[in-house]
Amino acid sequence: MSNSTMTASDRPTQTSMAGLSGWLIRHPPLFTLLLIVLVSLVIGAISPQFWQVANIFDMARASVVTGLFGLGFLVVLAAGGIDMSFTAIAALLMYWLTTATASYAPWMPMGVVLAAAAVGGMLLGMCNGLLVHYLKAPALIVTIGTQYVIRSFLLTFIGTELFVNIPMSIEDFGKYEIWRVSTDNGSIAILPAYVLVLVVAGIVTWWILNRTLMGRAIFAIGGNSDIAERLGYDLKKVQVFAFAYSGLLAGVAGMLHVSSNRLANPFDLSGTELGVIAAVVLGGARITGGSGTVAGTLLGVVLVTLVNNVLILAGIPSTWQAFVVGCFIVLAGALFATRERR
Amino acid sequence: MCARPLRTAKLLKGHLLRNAVVDRQLNFLVSANVLVLIAALAIAGPSFVNVYNLQSMAVQIPELGLLGIGVALAMIAGNGGIDLSGIAVANLSGIVAALSVPLWVSPDDAPLMFAFVFGGVCLCVGVVCGLINGLLISRASLTPIIATLGTSMAFSGISVVISNGSGIRLGYIEPLDDFGHMAVLGVPICFALFIAIAAFIGAALRFTPFGVRLYLLGSNAKAARYAGFSQRGLLLVTYTISGILASIAGVVIAARISSVKWDYGTSYVLIAILIVVMAGVRPSGGYGRIVCVVLSATALQMLSSMFNFLDISNFFRDFAWGLLLLVFLQVSRIDLRSWLVRKP
Repeated sequence: MSNSTMTASDRPTQTSMAGLSGWLIRHPPLFTLLLIVLVSLVIGAISPQFWQVANIFDMARASVVTGLFGLGFLVVLAAGGIDMSFTAIAALLMYWLTTATASYAPWMPMGVVLAAAAVGGMLLGMCNGLLVHYLKAPALIVTIGTQYVIRSFLLTFIGTELFVNIPMSIEDFGKYEIWRVSTDNGSIAILPAYVLVLVVAGIVTWWILNRTLMGRAIFAIGGNSDIAERLGYDLKKVQVFAFAYSGLLAGVAGMLHVSSNRLANPFDLSGTELGVIAAVVLGGARITGGSGTVAGTLLGVVLVTLVNNVLILAGIPSTWQAFVVGCFIVLAGALFATRERR
Repeated sequence: MCARPLRTAKLLKGHLLRNAVVDRQLNFLVSANVLVLIAALAIAGPSFVNVYNLQSMAVQIPELGLLGIGVALAMIAGNGGIDLSGIAVANLSGIVAALSVPLWVSPDDAPLMFAFVFGGVCLCVGVVCGLINGLLISRASLTPIIATLGTSMAFSGISVVISNGSGIRLGYIEPLDDFGHMAVLGVPICFALFIAIAAFIGAALRFTPFGVRLYLLGSNAKAARYAGFSQRGLLLVTYTISGILASIAGVVIAARISSVKWDYGTSYVLIAILIVVMAGVRPSGGYGRIVCVVLSATALQMLSSMFNFLDISNFFRDFAWGLLLLVFLQVSRIDLRSWLVRKP
């Protein structure tokens, strides 16, 4: 299935069929890049609006939260686990911290709130890691359980109402600009500063995975935990670290979600985890662990954001989103399964 | 002193007795059911066990139970087997049937015919969806999580597209409504059907080559390869059955609430997994009993009804279920067998 799609698209480049598909299979993120280019070209041809600065800035803004989730999920996945609870962690912290800051300490600077969210997310993530380690059950099932516990804790004990009076510091943070462009038709496109958070998180994640001993340990445990343990890697430490890192990024992502939307809705973010998993898998990370790259993940995030945001520009009703993303997952999964068989 | 035949008979009897006593998961689930029932009686009073409440609990079990059996089959097959697409298949089959069947059969003129065609169309959709899952997993070697995650998004995507995102009302169609609500001899029809299906699948797992091979595949894939049966065929059949079960759940949903919508029961994916884990199905494959899945579904339903009686919010119920899932993962690791067996 995937082969036929690829050959259809590479005909103009005159490359030999087998050579290109082999190359793509060795470098899975390139398949995602190809899909991004294809989608962009097609939609750009149909609707000139696509290439406007405002639209591109919108997409950058929309991909921040998904991107942070995706990087956290990547680390957990690389360590051989699966995290289903990050959206619940983000929702709990964003709602709790926003309401608490508003009622007790509205003067609190955003830096402190972000740090609190990061620490809170890290602690919840550590609980995930410890549970996965001690229950010896699949991480998927454990984190489905913690997702339920965390989300319904929020809705039962903290609140279910939309909260709009968010503190000034949080609101202002979402308004910092790094780039303002006046477009031809007089409107102004703004690239908000919090996009930089994703850039920093990407660099840090890349550094952890590729330049530290912990990164080595994560890939080793994700590849084969038995052998890695025999080599002396500490399974518990690595699992707790991976889940804690994912929780940390989730906490930060939750606060960014509040400051970009200027309201805190406890029902937000639930159900977005499937899109995040789709992005990471499209980025070439194996669902069974032991592989994955930051660049691939970010490409996957861009692709999913693209599908979610611009189908409407091409005149395709937004009802097709889920279908298209689902097909991309199956397609990418089939392609990577071919890779593993070789 | 004892004659030989007598001794073997005694041994055999001991063996059977021990088998009955020793399945700790079964004991545990039976006692969980009893405990919940006692707690509910103590809290909610005798009205908890009146016919009306029992029946209303019984008609709510089949949906989740059928999805749970589907997940259990996929899990037993091992190698990370899981079916996340259940509720998506159920909703898709209901929506396809609700949109297409009125074109051929008028629900007013031939209600019985309508109900049967409705069920038939649902089953066909279930078979197709199950086959797609099965082919992706067995032929294209996709990891079950990825395959069923992708197809669940794709299936609900199709549901959204063809229903335009809104619910479809079926109206009152007598035979279909009866299937969802009516009781024969005190037992609701859909619950009886669920028990029959569960018994059938339980028997198939226990007594047919299909079951033996499925357990073998789940417990030791390498041994299964040398056993010389077609693993791909087995996986295909397993996921197809799971799809069919999901589509039956779709019929039950349509019959019970007389309407279909693409996002009905989005949390069912998680609850089905909870039921299966509580039932002691081993997540890594190779072990699981359908009778336990049924008991685990009834325990959860009684618990949920008890919360309803107490007027506790749904959010707290979800909280309790999440905690339960974690507790059961822990409990199922404590082996009671060792001290149960050695006593005599």
